[in-house]
Amino acid sequence: MELLWILIKIIIVFTVVMIHVMYATYFERKVIGHMQVRMGPMRVGWHGVLQPIADGIKAFFKEDIIPTAADKKVFYAAPLICLISALSAVAVIPFFETFAIANINIGLLYIFAMSSLASYGVVLAGWSSNSKYSFLGGLRSSAQVISYEIAMGLSLVGVMMLAGSLNLSDIVHAQMQSSYKIYLIPQIIGFFVFVVAMFAETNRTPFDLPEAESELVAGYCTEYSGMRFALFFMAEYIGMIVMSCLAVICFLGGWSGPFEVPGIPFFWFILKAYFFIFLYYWVRATLPRYRYDQLMALGWKVLIPLALFNILLTGTIKSLIG
Amino acid sequence: MPENKTDLKETTREEMAYEPYTIAMGPQHPATHGVLKLDLELDGETILDCKPTVGFLHRGVEKLAENMSYAQTLPLTDRLDYIASMANNVAYSIAVEKLLGIEVPLRAKYIRTIVMEMARLTGHLLWLATHALDIGAMTVFLYCFRERENLLDMFEEICGARLTTSYTCIGGVRQDVTGHFLESLYSFTEDFPSKIAEYETLIDKNRIWLKRTQGVGVVSAEDAVSLGLTGPTLRGSGVEYDVRKHMPYDAYPYVDFEVPVGSKGDVYDRYRCRMEEMHQSNSIIRQCIEALPKGPIRAPDAPDLVMPYARQKRVVADATFASGVIKLMEDTEHFIEGDVYVSAEVPKGELGFYFVSDGRGVPYRMHIRSPSYIHIGALPFLCKGQMVADVIAIIGSVDVVLGECDR
Amino acid sequence: MIPGTYLPTEYLPILIMLLFATGFGVVTLWVGRFFRLRRPYAEKLIAYESGNPPSAPPRFRFSIKFYLIAILFVVFDVEAIFLYPWALVYDKIGIFAVVEMFLFIFLLLVGYAYAWRKEALEWER
Repeated sequence: MELLWILIKIIIVFTVVMIHVMYATYFERKVIGHMQVRMGPMRVGWHGVLQPIADGIKAFFKEDIIPTAADKKVFYAAPLICLISALSAVAVIPFFETFAIANINIGLLYIFAMSSLASYGVVLAGWSSNSKYSFLGGLRSSAQVISYEIAMGLSLVGVMMLAGSLNLSDIVHAQMQSSYKIYLIPQIIGFFVFVVAMFAETNRTPFDLPEAESELVAGYCTEYSGMRFALFFMAEYIGMIVMSCLAVICFLGGWSGPFEVPGIPFFWFILKAYFFIFLYYWVRATLPRYRYDQLMALGWKVLIPLALFNILLTGTIKSLIG
Repeated sequence: MPENKTDLKETTREEMAYEPYTIAMGPQHPATHGVLKLDLELDGETILDCKPTVGFLHRGVEKLAENMSYAQTLPLTDRLDYIASMANNVAYSIAVEKLLGIEVPLRAKYIRTIVMEMARLTGHLLWLATHALDIGAMTVFLYCFRERENLLDMFEEICGARLTTSYTCIGGVRQDVTGHFLESLYSFTEDFPSKIAEYETLIDKNRIWLKRTQGVGVVSAEDAVSLGLTGPTLRGSGVEYDVRKHMPYDAYPYVDFEVPVGSKGDVYDRYRCRMEEMHQSNSIIRQCIEALPKGPIRAPDAPDLVMPYARQKRVVADATFASGVIKLMEDTEHFIEGDVYVSAEVPKGELGFYFVSDGRGVPYRMHIRSPSYIHIGALPFLCKGQMVADVIAIIGSVDVVLGECDR
Repeated sequence: MIPGTYLPTEYLPILIMLLFATGFGVVTLWVGRFFRLRRPYAEKLIAYESGNPPSAPPRFRFSIKFYLIAILFVVFDVEAIFLYPWALVYDKIGIFAVVEMFLFIFLLLVGYAYAWRKEALEWER
């Protein structure tokens, strides 16, 4: 019985996430389109609302080209690694009070683990394609991981100190009981470090170096086509959604809001998560791309000292207040 | 790898560590601005050596010109720098006029100056669009295209074509400008500075943009001159050389404008130079519209080559020459033997036409000094020691167009 | 609790989710095989190098410039792991542990400053 309930929950979450992935691509094109004085997709359906379905069908029926020089097994596995790690990270996210697929006590660590696994997929894709541009993309991805993982991990230590738990639901509960209701205000430094690291972790502009289309011509996924490319694409968007949810849970008080919305317990959660997803689009329409060494310098010389400073500051203030 | 085993030298560890990693960038690459191929030798992502290969778009314009009358070659110049073909038309026309010794009427001079500056705006707008896109700022691209579209529409209004204009003719311009065109252009110039400000809000003070452009692709004034750079690419290094100022043609002596120069010679300074140039072009257009004199648009002694086939009829009645055009030109005896080099300031730099004439109606030899070709020659110098991402920024900042380079 | 008897049942949904995600990926690719085109030819299957035949194998000695940073990464990642349990029990431990951890962070900062000073964080161009 319990197993059935778990399965139902997984299917619900999976469906919801997949629909969000599909429409995240649609809204990305629409939002960026309107920011760039154009309309975005307009042809498929009313204002292009069926565009993601058309894209899905296209990707599904497209020829799957596997270069002769590619390392076949790794080439097959790389998009799956990305997708699986991104999808399974969704499992621990509490969307509202009582709803999470798995309410484990190390939820935060689990998400970290899964999001760093995703970059293995990228590195392996770059390696196995046996193309130089993909190879450079894969290397850039590994450089990105070693620059931003630490900053991301350290930026949340302050949250852990305040909440005293790694369980995501407990973090939200602790925020509700704190004096400001959200950790954004006491953890403002941590929040900024986290947001920057979040962009780097999901390979989005301005840190989209592994797939920099103007330099590396799509980088690690240059050789991928059809459904395999679509899996990378899905993984990227699921990653965005997971990171947005994590930001909401750790800094913006999860599902709690100024007032209860009757019947929709996840109202505030979704609203806040949409804000972060919108932020991804907004930044993409605004900022140029960093260079590889500048990105590492930013991670190591700015974000890590800031995150460490944030820990010391949080610790000191907390000790003083009691 | 050496072919023979005996050729194998003792490879030191030092050499092994620095054996370069080669990668071909282009011709099928989104950021090489056409079909430019760069063979890069990398150490990590640092460029050790960069060998440009050109010629993928070679159409033999210079050779074709040797078999065509001067007027027939004019449409070929559209295909040089197809981004700002109007500027090429003007440059070609003033070169031929110098050869023929034709004095262009004042109104035509002003119109040419207007269209030349419009071409400069279209060229610089496309440069900014692609340069920003290469560095990753996607929105600037579409903002620039919005204004470029307006300019192309105005080109269409005066000559019927948006890109391949062929608007000028030897001794003047093909058609007179209308009041509506001048009004819409004038209102465009009123708005345009605010549009430039709009682009600048996106990138000018953007930290990432500054990091990507400042101190990248530095070329000193001496090196820039010895590499033969011209145009904004040269002026970014602080050399105040502008054909419009130093060898004025058309209506440039009568208008008041400044030549913006940079100081450091990096990608950012070249970017600033072009942005300032857009302001200057805007003001030149305004001055020209305000001072546009009345009068003819074609010199009376110009070879009447607007409609060559109409003339041909008359000559066929003469029935001595196979080609009426050549006959006509030889009859008027405009062509003197000798050679002439005339250059004009096009968006990319100094576009020069060198003609050797043996007195016939076709050039004995036409050489095009295309700034893009020379700028591509400077790429190895600029790229050495930079990173792969910088190569893209540098190609963008020297502003090459392969149609002009390969001609 | 007797060691060895604890069954982490709360991880069961995660296992199912993993299987589900794997299944989704594999099935989509596998089912697609029967529908999509497959017309390969030699030129199509060449690895991309801007329209040129690949000039040399890409798996060549490649200088990654960030190996020092990679080593520092290992050090700092371990540090971050040390900080997690400390942060979790921050409320429960006394001032002694707090001071001790601050000392630990301070030592790391000294090491970090040293690495910065020695230009380990700089790129050799």
